[in-house]
Amino acid sequence: MNQIAPDRPKVDQKPEPSLYASHQKVQPRAVKGRVRNIKWAVLVVLLALYYVVPWFRWDRGPGVPDQAVLVDIGHARLFFLWIELWPQEVYFLTGALVLGAIGLFAVTSLYGRLWCGFTCPQTVWTDLFMWVERRIEGDRNARIKLDQGAKDGRWWKLKLSKHAAWLGIAMATGGAWIMYFNDAPTVTWALLTGQASATVYGFFALFTATTYVLAGAAREQVCTYMCPWPRFQGAMLDDNSLVVTYRDWRGEPRGKPDAAHGDCVDCKACVHVCPTGIDIRDGQQLECIGCGLCVDACDDVMAKLGRDKGLVAFETLKNLAASQAAVAGMPPGPARNAAGMAARVPQKKIRPRTLIYSGVILGVVALMLGAWMLRATLTLSVERDRAPLFVQLSDGGIRNGYTLKLANKTRGEDLHLALVLDGPQGLLLTVQDAGEDAAGRPILTTRDDGITQWRALVTAPPGLRLGDNTPVTFRLVDGSGRTLVTQRSAFMGPRR
Amino acid sequence: MPTKIEKDSITGQETTGHEWDGLKELNTPLPKWWLYTFYATIVFAAVWVVLYPAIPVQGWTGLTGWTARGALPAQMDAERARQAPMLARLREVSAEQIAADPELRGFALAGGRVGFANNCAGCHGAGGQGATGGFPSLADDDWLWGGSFEAIHTTISHGVRAGESDEERGIAMPAFLTTGMLTQAQVNDTADFVLSLSGRNVEPAAVERGRELYAENCASCHGDGGEGNRDMGAPRLNDQIWLYGGDRASVVRSIAYSRAGVMPAWRGRLDPAMINMITVYVHALGGGE
Repeated sequence: MNQIAPDRPKVDQKPEPSLYASHQKVQPRAVKGRVRNIKWAVLVVLLALYYVVPWFRWDRGPGVPDQAVLVDIGHARLFFLWIELWPQEVYFLTGALVLGAIGLFAVTSLYGRLWCGFTCPQTVWTDLFMWVERRIEGDRNARIKLDQGAKDGRWWKLKLSKHAAWLGIAMATGGAWIMYFNDAPTVTWALLTGQASATVYGFFALFTATTYVLAGAAREQVCTYMCPWPRFQGAMLDDNSLVVTYRDWRGEPRGKPDAAHGDCVDCKACVHVCPTGIDIRDGQQLECIGCGLCVDACDDVMAKLGRDKGLVAFETLKNLAASQAAVAGMPPGPARNAAGMAARVPQKKIRPRTLIYSGVILGVVALMLGAWMLRATLTLSVERDRAPLFVQLSDGGIRNGYTLKLANKTRGEDLHLALVLDGPQGLLLTVQDAGEDAAGRPILTTRDDGITQWRALVTAPPGLRLGDNTPVTFRLVDGSGRTLVTQRSAFMGPRR
Repeated sequence: MPTKIEKDSITGQETTGHEWDGLKELNTPLPKWWLYTFYATIVFAAVWVVLYPAIPVQGWTGLTGWTARGALPAQMDAERARQAPMLARLREVSAEQIAADPELRGFALAGGRVGFANNCAGCHGAGGQGATGGFPSLADDDWLWGGSFEAIHTTISHGVRAGESDEERGIAMPAFLTTGMLTQAQVNDTADFVLSLSGRNVEPAAVERGRELYAENCASCHGDGGEGNRDMGAPRLNDQIWLYGGDRASVVRSIAYSRAGVMPAWRGRLDPAMINMITVYVHALGGGE
């Protein structure tokens, strides 16, 4: 049994490998091109949104925050333009997150890791930090030289100014985060004058530090080691998804630009521009965030060589295999390239998985829209006393106590609503501290954007013999007799 | 320890030598900074153990001397200081005045609920539902000593038969059989009459025999028709609420051996503000008069 199995791959006799690897710093080279331009545009738009949105105002009347987007933790309200949510309506936020997740699945199954490569905050801020680094320390070669050289005055000057710039961006990022939870002008002034709360400074420091560390130092390691998304993106992608890939059928064998070699001249431009430091020519890899910068880099080289662009391209694995099959046995050259490209078919966008994702998205949108349309601005909650379950009165009657909470989610006039009890004839309803209308019904008053609480007592006189559990309904009626809200409860008594 | 390291033919990566159904685990090295982060957590824990009370040994508080228990009094003092102005106001006015002031009433109901749960609920139950065997419900409309703000306040302050004051809430019912005031047969007849007061079906002859006995022995406190007397804590006998049970045996036992429930006096034990708050809370349970 201790014989080595014959099919076992070759083994070598090296000592135990180290269990831990030092980080190899990735020094991406600057690149110009179509994908890069799109990335710049996305970066500018997203960062502008992040930093500017808290400063947008939205008039909601006196006494109400006028910030367009605000999570007001202290008053337990979420303001988004004309929408104002209470904590118990957090499911709208959940719905938005569900939509975001399924949308991510749908986009990924069609176009690959667009989120990772273009819009993920980790990518956007890392891109920004790399741009700063490039402005100060120079491009890839200059940086490598700087890091390998002596730590002289110039080294200190460049490193200090880079880190200072990074820290500035990080502080702006941490500061903007706070503004989503506080009134932006107020908290900014407080932050600058040292008058903000310890909580504000704590979160400011936390988000400054995470921005600085994640975008400055951790970078691609966040994607490779920390983020769960690369792990399960494999379940989102299939042969029909567009992924960043190297057309090996056209590039191989790589080498000198002559007739004996494919189109890849092994210039390593794609490797040098990669922000995660991988070689796209090795095929699909967990580390690849699908940013497509290698596409730009390779296209640039191909243009200089007078060859067709698209040696590295957004391509489906299905087409890659089809081209591969079509050019089998052909020598490198224009004929092979043409044959490979001819074998491609348009991307199949309508597939079971995209249909299912679209269906789920439509379903969630419909559900949320419905929930939003039917959202009650006036709610009544009825909590029946548990202790005592019921009260035996001197005359043999039975009384139940209820706590009524009347939540009014609108701002404006206070409503005065009559409380009506629907149940067996003869039940008597009284509400502590409530006025009465002309018909003798208790009047409950709502509070502007708030909750009023009332204690109601319902009594069954001795003659009314009810079971141990009788359903009753509380109803709030406005001045015109219209029922605004109903709530079911029960009237308990002894078993008879 | 494998002496021969296998290399995966596709990635060129060394494997751990583990294999599950043909799947082999690549021996991907952990990033060093990850390891250092792990060491940093160990250092953090060590520093924590030195600075804070992390070792469950009596007297060990760590170098900072900080304990959660030690920090509590300061927090409690701060809370007391915060409540002090409100409590001072609650001490100065009567429970009735508190109930009339929305601000004081809201505070008193919240404070009274907690005070009631801490001090009263043990006997009277959460929500004041009472318990059979002499613990009256405070949520119904039947009161032994009265359900006005003033009466509730007096009962809480002096207790019932607490020996704290001769003036208030000290009267007890005699044990008619033990003291020889009534014979067992007379006790039974009286019990039948008492049950008839609340409309029970009992033997008419016994009721007639008991009528005279009741008038002589019981009516002075419980009233001619069993309407009770709150000055003496004599319960109503003509209603449907029975503190010690409404069956004949329980009533016989009450007459024969007496019942004298005891409640401690809370004056001196509770802050006058708290007595006021509990008064307001109990009054609001449903039976306040």
